[in-house]
Amino acid sequence: MGLVRYIIRRLLLLILVLFGISVIVFYLSRGYPSKFPPWGQYVTLSMSPSEIANIKALHGFNLPLYEQYFYWLKDAATGNWGISHWAGDQPTYTVFASRFPLTVELSLAAIIITVAIGLPLGIISATRNNKLPDHASRILALTGYSIPIFWLGFLFQLLFSYYFKLWGLPTLPSSGYTDQNFIGGSVPTITGIPMVDALLEGNLSYFASSFVHLILPAITLSFASLGYLTRIVRSSMLEVLKQDFILMARSKGLSERVIIYRHALRNALIPVVTIVGVLFASLLGGVVIVEYVFSWPGVGWAALQATFRNDTNFLMLYTIVAAAIIVIANLAVDVTYGFLDPRIRLK
Amino acid sequence: MMPQQSQEEQKKKTRPRFLELKFAFFQLRKNPLVLVGAVLSAAIILIALLSNFIVNPRLAGEISYATQLCWGNSYVNWGPASSFCSSNHFYWLGTDYFGRGVLSMIILALPLDLEIAFSVVLGSVAIGLILGGLAAYGGVAADETILRVTDIFFGFPTLLLALVVAAVVGPSILTLTLAVLLVWWPLYVRLVRGQILAEKEKNYVEALRSMGAGNLRILFRHIIPNSIYPVLVQATLDLGGVILIFSSLMFLGFSPKQNLPELGNLVSEGIQNVFTAPWLIIFPGLAIVITTLAFNLLGDGLRDILDPRLRR
Repeated sequence: MGLVRYIIRRLLLLILVLFGISVIVFYLSRGYPSKFPPWGQYVTLSMSPSEIANIKALHGFNLPLYEQYFYWLKDAATGNWGISHWAGDQPTYTVFASRFPLTVELSLAAIIITVAIGLPLGIISATRNNKLPDHASRILALTGYSIPIFWLGFLFQLLFSYYFKLWGLPTLPSSGYTDQNFIGGSVPTITGIPMVDALLEGNLSYFASSFVHLILPAITLSFASLGYLTRIVRSSMLEVLKQDFILMARSKGLSERVIIYRHALRNALIPVVTIVGVLFASLLGGVVIVEYVFSWPGVGWAALQATFRNDTNFLMLYTIVAAAIIVIANLAVDVTYGFLDPRIRLK
Repeated sequence: MMPQQSQEEQKKKTRPRFLELKFAFFQLRKNPLVLVGAVLSAAIILIALLSNFIVNPRLAGEISYATQLCWGNSYVNWGPASSFCSSNHFYWLGTDYFGRGVLSMIILALPLDLEIAFSVVLGSVAIGLILGGLAAYGGVAADETILRVTDIFFGFPTLLLALVVAAVVGPSILTLTLAVLLVWWPLYVRLVRGQILAEKEKNYVEALRSMGAGNLRILFRHIIPNSIYPVLVQATLDLGGVILIFSSLMFLGFSPKQNLPELGNLVSEGIQNVFTAPWLIIFPGLAIVITTLAFNLLGDGLRDILDPRLRR
């Protein structure tokens, strides 16, 4: 019963967070007296003042800000997220929904790389504390943490697409999610994620094409969270290894391998789970840069374009979906935390 | 005899502090990476402070087509030689499209990046101490309000809020700094609040109270000094983080003016000529990595040294 209540409380909190975020974004993009007013995207230089006034009235810019907000809220509640002018006057929801799977693909690939490399690195760092492997993995993790990903992306492109071609080596594609003029037919959109669609269709060459396109952006995106994960695993593991039950296991004569993987790691991973929310936040921010650098037509790149054009509708949809993902990830973490660690009781 | 005695007493008093310092040095020797971080950060800050004496700041506005896109460094043989360059002058890291040495531009860019990093981090720490203290001491209503507001800010994807603010308010150094600060402060409020709450419950606070110490004295003389270490570590780590976010904003096109010596902006402007002169993006980016890494190494080592649970 306590758990259900807790979840309901947290979901109410989610509504508060979404409301707060939407008010902030709405005010910034529509209410702030900016040099680039939000109605600027609809007018051209040749329009007369009366035409401009008509357009402002058409889009509701002459209403008080709170009324504009409630109109937006009413529309959003009925599933009408407005129109995105810069994307050829398509409905904002269509613009978002058609790009979102691509971002999901990129983020999932980055998460897989992060966990596959960050976890072992963190364990090595902790078990060989203050020895050479620790220093090496520390430098690797901290460097990953310190690299600006826009720069890393360009270096990858330069090396693997440009220099490898000059040197006659096999190159990796540097832009887009699949070959522009792919020979061998396109795949129908089922899930929207190119690799999954290709598999469902059994089109292996399309799958291979989207796979090689994914390599560079996914590695770039994983870099920041990789260092973060390694650090957390290391410190959490170090703490667990100092506890009495590890000493007990050692005195029982268990092998170091069993102690580390069966006893220590299980306990060390519990605090690691808590960073999932932060990880999602940093990924959803990072995709803006990575998608821009690699011309990956996902929602991050679209958000950047919407920012430059002051497209309230798209920014609202993007931040609300992103915030919902972050908050729900945090909620899931807190709920599973209680199962993972019985000592922690939900209040 | 009296003065000697008091001197000895003083020695005894300073002894633990001295031992503590000695222990810190021992830790430092055991963990050479911290030393590297400390030396690197100090060197970078020094270069930034002296940048105007090392390089003439007017260089940033100068254009010299004779030295356009040169790579005069014969120690490293760069594959695609520049076709524009008509000078044999030696440049450590080559020259950019306007004929300015890349190394000089990096040195000129450091003060701005560091200034913004320090102002954002110090601003966040100040807001964190005030609001975090208020949340911990100001009763349930203040606590709930402050926490829910930070919740809202934690819901934003890291870069996006700064992006929107920068786009709407219009790019200038001040608004960009404020945009990054807006993203950064909630973390410190949470951190300080958690630290103070944990510290408040400890036995020594009760002991102090029973000895008649006032609330303010306990807070400022005991609780804050005891809980400041994690904040200090986080602040050191974040100096690098702010530089990353800020240079990302610059890279995405929020530079207030062209040719501004800022590391992210140097990378962004180097991209146009990246195929003929790859050093234009490689070295400014490397400068960001080294600066950020220096602060991260330092902060990471400080955590191990200052956290008594990890070091013994």
